[in-house]
Amino acid sequence: MCLAIPAIVTALEDGDMAVVALEGIKKRISVALLDEIEVGDYVLVHVGYALHKVSPEEAERTLQLMAEAGILKEELEEISGGAA
Amino acid sequence: MKYVDEFRAGDLAEKLARQIASEAHADRTYHFMEFCGGHTHAIFRYGVQDLMPDNVHFVHGPGCPVCVLPVRRLDDAVELAEKHGVILCSYGDMMRVPGTKQRSLIKAKADGADIRMVYSTLDALKIARDNPDRQVVFFAIGFETTTPPTAVAIKQAEAEGLENFFVFCNHVLTPPAIGHILDSDDFAPGGPAKIDGFLGPSHVSAVIGSKPYEAAAEHYRKPVVIAGFEPLDVMQSVLMLVRQVNEGRAEVENEYTRVVTREGNRKAQALTGEVLELRESFEWRGLGSVPHSALRIRDAYAFFDAEKRFTVSEKQSRETKSCECPAILRGVKKPTDCKLFGTVCTPENPMGSCMVSSEGACAAHWTYGRFRDPARQKADAA
Amino acid sequence: MNMVDKGVSVRAGNVDMTHGGGGRAMAELIADLFQRHLGNPILAQGNDGALLEPQSGRLVMSTDGHVISPLFFPGGDIGSLAVHGTLNDVAMTGARPLYLTAGFILEEGFPLADLERIVMSMARAAKEAGVPVVTGDTKVVEKGKGDGVFITTTGLGVVPDGVHVSVERATPGQAVLLSGSIGDHGVAILSKRESLEFETEIRSDSAALHGMVAAMVEAVPGIAVLRDPTRGGLASTLNEIARAANVGMMLDEAMIPMKPDVAAACELLGLDPLYVANEGKLVCICNTYDADTLLAVMRAHPLGSDAARIGTVVDDDANLIQMKTGFGGTRVVDWLAGEQLPRIC
Repeated sequence: MCLAIPAIVTALEDGDMAVVALEGIKKRISVALLDEIEVGDYVLVHVGYALHKVSPEEAERTLQLMAEAGILKEELEEISGGAA
Repeated sequence: MKYVDEFRAGDLAEKLARQIASEAHADRTYHFMEFCGGHTHAIFRYGVQDLMPDNVHFVHGPGCPVCVLPVRRLDDAVELAEKHGVILCSYGDMMRVPGTKQRSLIKAKADGADIRMVYSTLDALKIARDNPDRQVVFFAIGFETTTPPTAVAIKQAEAEGLENFFVFCNHVLTPPAIGHILDSDDFAPGGPAKIDGFLGPSHVSAVIGSKPYEAAAEHYRKPVVIAGFEPLDVMQSVLMLVRQVNEGRAEVENEYTRVVTREGNRKAQALTGEVLELRESFEWRGLGSVPHSALRIRDAYAFFDAEKRFTVSEKQSRETKSCECPAILRGVKKPTDCKLFGTVCTPENPMGSCMVSSEGACAAHWTYGRFRDPARQKADAA
Repeated sequence: MNMVDKGVSVRAGNVDMTHGGGGRAMAELIADLFQRHLGNPILAQGNDGALLEPQSGRLVMSTDGHVISPLFFPGGDIGSLAVHGTLNDVAMTGARPLYLTAGFILEEGFPLADLERIVMSMARAAKEAGVPVVTGDTKVVEKGKGDGVFITTTGLGVVPDGVHVSVERATPGQAVLLSGSIGDHGVAILSKRESLEFETEIRSDSAALHGMVAAMVEAVPGIAVLRDPTRGGLASTLNEIARAANVGMMLDEAMIPMKPDVAAACELLGLDPLYVANEGKLVCICNTYDADTLLAVMRAHPLGSDAARIGTVVDDDANLIQMKTGFGGTRVVDWLAGEQLPRIC
């Protein structure tokens, strides 16, 4: 369901339209569903519409959480000297 | 690709796999339903199942709008194109779905109906503008992710004074479907199927927010983790679900925070609510009639409603006998439980919607996973 | 129906039924357009059939109909594609292509200027390849009975002694090599398609591979299989080979070259790049000990600079193509029923 892909806004146009880029691919899409979009924002694109902004901070935080998997367990084992 | 590739990294996958294996209690099994067909697709395409411990299983849910569209509605769409001479615009996903007597949009197109595949409602609007002497019907399908673009298109048509643009609305809603599944006997304690938690849809949730799942989580005492679309998101979400189950929690958690908030996209919700309203009930292929689970066009925009503009005949639409799509869509049976799977029913000759849509459980299993079936390997080797 | 006094003006006007009528209009079209651009001594013989030099060695012949749309796309057109396609089919048998033919079916109303563009492009491709178009045919069908222009090309070639390239020679244990990035042609075509348009620098990879193949068979005459993955993409070609040779394959996704823009376009449209068309790439199956040699030969050639080993042939009665994903799991790369369509779900 709902194939959507993050893309960067490279230009804003009249009539609630914008140009987004994914690597070197550029496509005109509608930003009618969002307010306050700026060039440089990342948006989630689905069927030619931007559905939501992508938050760089949250993306970073999620990757951090994932990277901590495995490390945390080892740390805990060290602390408790065995089974966590 | 930024915000995509990072969430497909193999080294992080290994770490998460180890973590899940260490936290999943060896003395029980975990069954998590991924509601969303996109997740089904990701699980198979990246081989995520291979990285799960043996006691963690995915149950494939009905979140595939192509799979759950009632046959009768597809037959109606074909009829609109064939008998009413409209230009029928459709997303690619629907083109090959077989309706009654295996009749699909692509077959109707081959027989001369003017059926055009589009990527977006924007394209359908353009076709309407470019063909003022023809009537254009947009075949709207999809969950809450795909619904706001339809609402915007109708408003746009109104603003432009387009008089030849209509929408055949088949949008469906996610939380009622989840509730309906959990209400069924299949999932009663001791029943044939088991769900310990849900991987919530990524992009439906971007629109509706995480809030709508809270009532279901509380009422049914099942944890929901809103999972991002990439394979690492799926794994991180499984880890979060395992923890909830182990700790006896039944909360709504959000793994996909880079796009999903509790409130969702309020503007999209408002636009949708302005143009569309709830249907009393709607028939879902495989789930039967589900109350308050689908949308229709409001009276204020009745002009654009294809169902009001065109009369389609009453139909006796039939599913193929022995097709187990209904049970498979509910997660009660597996593709390999269906007599037709791999024998009569293949992607080349799909009998039901689970095989046509690439994220239907059967198609996904056939395309990506069937080499794991021991019975199948024997059959192929014979 | 306009017979201009001096003959048909090829830059203005459209194809009409007289151009296929066998009369003067047709002869003038052939002279002014086909012979002028494709010109070579054999074509200039002017007879119904072309008289060719005697050949020693095993002959290979291949034919292809080209019905593409759009006719013009970034990186080529139906003319160059027709030449490259047939040269490649001949080359995939290990043969050196010698001659080409070209049959045109033109639709009434097709602009002559476009026809000239196509023929010039065909001529350029044939010249660059060093293989002449030695005979041809032209017919015109009524408006509505064609798609602008259909082209059929046939190629004739000779296989060097000691070379036996054939699909059933694929054997478990052999290496699977790929000459370069996948999906370029398909994405270039899609970018121009109505209702899908997007902007991209990606151009079709349409190219004649026979020069690179000649170098490959010279370095390793024992190459087992050569095949160019066109419609249906790499996945379809590998599945065809596996089925015909009764083997399976195990691929490594991380080794398959792909341009970032192609990956991005496929993500946007919901397409799997393994099924997207190519027009200038080849798959080579060879003994493992020959793999490095062949990779070096390919990489030394402009058309093979990204050549890579992408997998191994395995024993498998189910003839499955399996792939280790970049993520760490394994998936099957199935044989699609029909064309892959963009999806929203």
